Amino acid sequence: MPFVPPEIRLAGIAPEMALVVSAFVVLIAGTFARSRVNRVYLPALATIGFGASIYFAVSVWGENELQLSDMIALDGFATFCKISLAVFGLLTVWLGSDYLTRDGIEEPEFYGLVLLAVAGMMLMASAADLIVIFLALETFSIALYVLVGYRRRSIEGQESAMKYFLLGAFSSSFFLLGIALAYGAVGSTNLYGNSENPGLAQFLSESASEATGVLVLATGFLVVGLGFKIAAVPFHMWTPDAYQGAPSPITGFMAAGSKLAGFAALLRLFDASLFALRWEWRPLLIGIAVATMIAGSVLAVVQEDIKRMLAYSSIAHAGFVLTGVIATNDRGISGSLFYLATYGIAVLGGFAVVSILGGKDEHRVRLVDYKGAFYEHPALAGALTLFLLSLAGVPVTSGFVGKLVVFGAAIEAGYSWVVVIGMLTSAIAAFFYLRVLVVMYMQEPDESRPPIPVGRAASTVVALTAVATIILGLFWSPLIGAAEDATFFFVGG
Amino acid sequence: MPEGYFGQYATIGIFALAGMTLVGATLQLAKLVRPNVPTVQKYTTYESGIDPIGRGWAQSNVRYYIFALLFVIFDVEAVFLFPWAIIFESLGTQAFIEMIIFIGILALALLYAIKKGVLEWLS
Amino acid sequence: MKAFDPVLAPYIVALPLIGALGLLLLGRRLRAVAGLVASATVGVGFVLGVIVLVQMLGVTEKGGHGREAVVRVWEWISAGSFSVNVDLLVDPLSMVMVLVVTGVGTLIHVYSIGYMHDDPRYSRFFGYMNLFVASMLLLVLADNLLLLYVGWEGVGLCSYLLIGFWFERRAAAGAAKKAFIVNRVGDFSFLIGIFVLSVTVSSLTVSSINEAAGGMTAGIATTAALLLFGGATGKSAQIPLYVWLPDAMEGPTPVSALIHAATMVTAGVYMVARFSPVFEASGGLALGVVAWIGALTALWAALMAAAEYDIKRVLAYSTISQLGYMFLALGVRAYSIAIFHLVTHAFFKALMFLGAGSIMHSLDGEVDMRNMSGLRKVMPITAFTFMTGWLAISGIIPFSGFFSKDAILASAWHQGRYALWAIGAGTALLTAFYMSRLYFRIFEGDLKVPEGVHVHESPPSMVGALIPLGVLSVVGGVINLPGLLTLDHFLEPVVGESEVPSGFTPWILGAIALLAGIAGIAFARTLYLLPGGATRRAALCERFKTPVDAARNKFWVDEIYGRGIVLPGKAFASFCANVIDARLVDGAVNGGGRVVAGAGWLFRRAQSGYVRSYALTFLFGVVVIFSLLVFRVAL
Repeated sequence: MPFVPPEIRLAGIAPEMALVVSAFVVLIAGTFARSRVNRVYLPALATIGFGASIYFAVSVWGENELQLSDMIALDGFATFCKISLAVFGLLTVWLGSDYLTRDGIEEPEFYGLVLLAVAGMMLMASAADLIVIFLALETFSIALYVLVGYRRRSIEGQESAMKYFLLGAFSSSFFLLGIALAYGAVGSTNLYGNSENPGLAQFLSESASEATGVLVLATGFLVVGLGFKIAAVPFHMWTPDAYQGAPSPITGFMAAGSKLAGFAALLRLFDASLFALRWEWRPLLIGIAVATMIAGSVLAVVQEDIKRMLAYSSIAHAGFVLTGVIATNDRGISGSLFYLATYGIAVLGGFAVVSILGGKDEHRVRLVDYKGAFYEHPALAGALTLFLLSLAGVPVTSGFVGKLVVFGAAIEAGYSWVVVIGMLTSAIAAFFYLRVLVVMYMQEPDESRPPIPVGRAASTVVALTAVATIILGLFWSPLIGAAEDATFFFVGG
Repeated sequence: MPEGYFGQYATIGIFALAGMTLVGATLQLAKLVRPNVPTVQKYTTYESGIDPIGRGWAQSNVRYYIFALLFVIFDVEAVFLFPWAIIFESLGTQAFIEMIIFIGILALALLYAIKKGVLEWLS
Repeated sequence: MKAFDPVLAPYIVALPLIGALGLLLLGRRLRAVAGLVASATVGVGFVLGVIVLVQMLGVTEKGGHGREAVVRVWEWISAGSFSVNVDLLVDPLSMVMVLVVTGVGTLIHVYSIGYMHDDPRYSRFFGYMNLFVASMLLLVLADNLLLLYVGWEGVGLCSYLLIGFWFERRAAAGAAKKAFIVNRVGDFSFLIGIFVLSVTVSSLTVSSINEAAGGMTAGIATTAALLLFGGATGKSAQIPLYVWLPDAMEGPTPVSALIHAATMVTAGVYMVARFSPVFEASGGLALGVVAWIGALTALWAALMAAAEYDIKRVLAYSTISQLGYMFLALGVRAYSIAIFHLVTHAFFKALMFLGAGSIMHSLDGEVDMRNMSGLRKVMPITAFTFMTGWLAISGIIPFSGFFSKDAILASAWHQGRYALWAIGAGTALLTAFYMSRLYFRIFEGDLKVPEGVHVHESPPSMVGALIPLGVLSVVGGVINLPGLLTLDHFLEPVVGESEVPSGFTPWILGAIALLAGIAGIAFARTLYLLPGGATRRAALCERFKTPVDAARNKFWVDEIYGRGIVLPGKAFASFCANVIDARLVDGAVNGGGRVVAGAGWLFRRAQSGYVRSYALTFLFGVVVIFSLLVFRVAL
């Protein structure tokens, strides 16, 4: 029997491939060159990789098909996520280059791992098969485990990497169990499927059978696996420890990218593929959303370490985005995407400031270290103010618009009470953001502290994110328009 | 034989249950008939006939781990190479190029490892 | 025909705003050029305004319609039917205001370069001034009540910052606080008025409210109109909220000229004119209140002005009085006449304030007119320009004030409001008297200055600003000369035509107004200029001891407010602060806070740092989810 090779079209994963190739180049080139040289050209190589990736992503904007044996979805949703992720990765690399120089830990692996992690996250957004989702999940998770423990000399760094790794493996097992159950019920792991080879969506569009029950159980385990990645309660316990121990640029990258990737898979899986099953999984996600919003906001109040505080705030934000997911309407999806993109920019900016102000080996990350920061570094403190206000959802910042849209979508879907809880927890959340501002502006700086060097690349990142935060708060229509175009999922047929 | 979707799982369940019962029953039966003469040697951990020495927490050199990991490169390579080689002729050039790319990626990994110096054993 | 599309309008607002941001952020570095930058942004704004005006005049549709346009700067919030847009309404009314604000504003900025030259916070001063101009322009151009309110509060804020600019002085800080608080009372009323209107019309745009005004019930319209007017009494210093304006003279003199004479205080007048359809719809009651409040304020303030010795305070009371005239005009439906008087008043009052500033500059800050005289000999330009202002406000033909004031009185007469006309005419006499008193005491007679002061004419940048304003005070009246350029006709599409009497009546009314002015001047001359004036004054004061004392003490209004409102208010506030807030509100808030923090500490114990306990929590979550789903599936 002659073998007919499957038709291979790579447009759907071209952005990922660009990143993987540049990761290889960075790793190999980095091992051959001296570290002095690396300092300059490795970030440049990574930048070129991200640039190529964005180019490939943009060039397929508007296309809509399944590729590679229906395992990869090439649609606006994936493209929107990929562009956002590439931007996050780019900012992380720039920020990281200054960070590594300052702490004297320049190694090519940092850039290679960030590139690979972003590739995994991108794959997450375009995966149209549970197995591919798992593959993508592991790709970026493993890269992140290493990145979290990048500060090898720091005990905290090692501890956090170990915790993240153990719990990550734990959650992956549940996700795998979910996949197995789904396969048992449906006989396929594909999210959409076609007439010859029906997938999840296809299966649900037919009449319910006993196997539907098994699929419902499977959704429970899939929620566990993805809930871990987006740091939803009760799978959030690793977040503060990992965020605290990771280098600040990586913390920002996790908060922005890991969350976006997790939500991308969650949105595609639940709001598209398992849409017909929404009456089953929605109560579950609502419960998780409410618990996440409350626990994240309340726990953030008592934190004394700025990175832990931002970690809990990122948990709370996962809850806010979940309100957009449970809305299961177009506005909810586009709102979630907009929220994640703008949140990612603000939180990366915030961690950029934390990373700079932390000083060598990040020894100044407690709240008391920010006393009078405004008088020592007015521009950085001003930018941090902007980011925190955006995270708190104050008007004229992008965070306000994001909250407005996801909450609006939830109200439209009839879940006003969830929105009420969201607003109340936002009010609690505003308290701890404001606490940082009070410390920065109203307390006297500690004179004995040595000055902190501010790198050029890192300050560029702060400036860019600050400008983006304010611009997206004022002129948000183009981005939300793009997010609205991106709500069109590929649904098989 | 039970019918339906869950019925099929029930068959497995019954099978598993029967298996466990059988093992348990055999062990209990043996306990009834065998003589009971305990000695110290009988209570030591079974280590393939070798005397267990030292404590339970034994350290092995972490470098073995890296060698094991590198071995996976060749392992994975072999898994794909054998089936490919068998039907090499019918696959044509496209598959050949793909395999070259695949081996190239693995070779890059090996190159990286060598350059990092993990193959040098310094004691 | 090409539609009217004033694309330049947003830049008129944006320029001073950018200037303000730049000066406030980079203040110290820009010190050398701060004054020039600030003047330039406003000046260019004026030029842009003129270009837009020319475009507007190019539209010659019948009745002047088609001369309004809404410029959308951007769409900010759009959620379903609710939308908040940054829209600018460009029409004849807003353009007149824009030109006054930028035109007078430019001259005052230029003047300030000299006046504020040695101040340590030089660039911050210009930052505030630019911010003020931007807010004021936003106020007059806004098509959206929310945006209008932003401008309204913006000018209030700038006024606060600028009155208290020399905050080291206790009086300045106190005056700033007083101005702010009194204005808040008015703003509160204005805000409720906005709510009433927006709820009734379910729209926030000026144009749709004015369109819908005709369909309002008289009750709603009256309520809304009176609430809006309440806001106007605060900003425009009318009875009962005028008390802040005299104290506001503690600020630098250019501020008094720009904010407290020429522009900000006219915001109330502008607002009433802008919402004239709402006032019309009230069936006369609201308009009656406006007219009477205006007329009484005019008289009341003129009486106090006649007894005051502080130059700037005389000018402040005279401002209140003239604003009263404008409200009188609004109340008798002569909207365009009110705007006309607003324009001429902006010219001559800014002129006199700047003149007063010139005197202070030369006399080391002396403001008591008893300590000076005969300055005309040493400060000829200041004296001459001040004289044109004096004659303008006294209503002497052909100075600008004559035309506008005469038109107001004629309108009152024409509407059959003879009592209002009588008050207005009487006030005109009084105005001429106290302004002549001011002029004669300062500039005429023998030279007298405080000890150790070297009197000199002010620097070129200061007198340079006085001259154009002096010219405008003289010829400003031509903008509403019948048969020539008529402001009345220009504004007609916005506020309707002002009815003026025809035939022989206007000539007689004009003659009476002129006579009142001349009588006032003549009376002042006998008391202050002619020999033996001092004895006549003493005799007069003895004869009318009680009323003169009352006027000198400002009719004890500050004391009455202090006893009647501020003290009980403070008592109530301290009751609120110490009992209601501390016990009830703080109790609830702190209690809530404590509950949150307590819960935080409690949950935090779960965050033990042990991976095993994390995994256990994780597993707990899995078990809960799994059980729930199994339960659901089994059912």
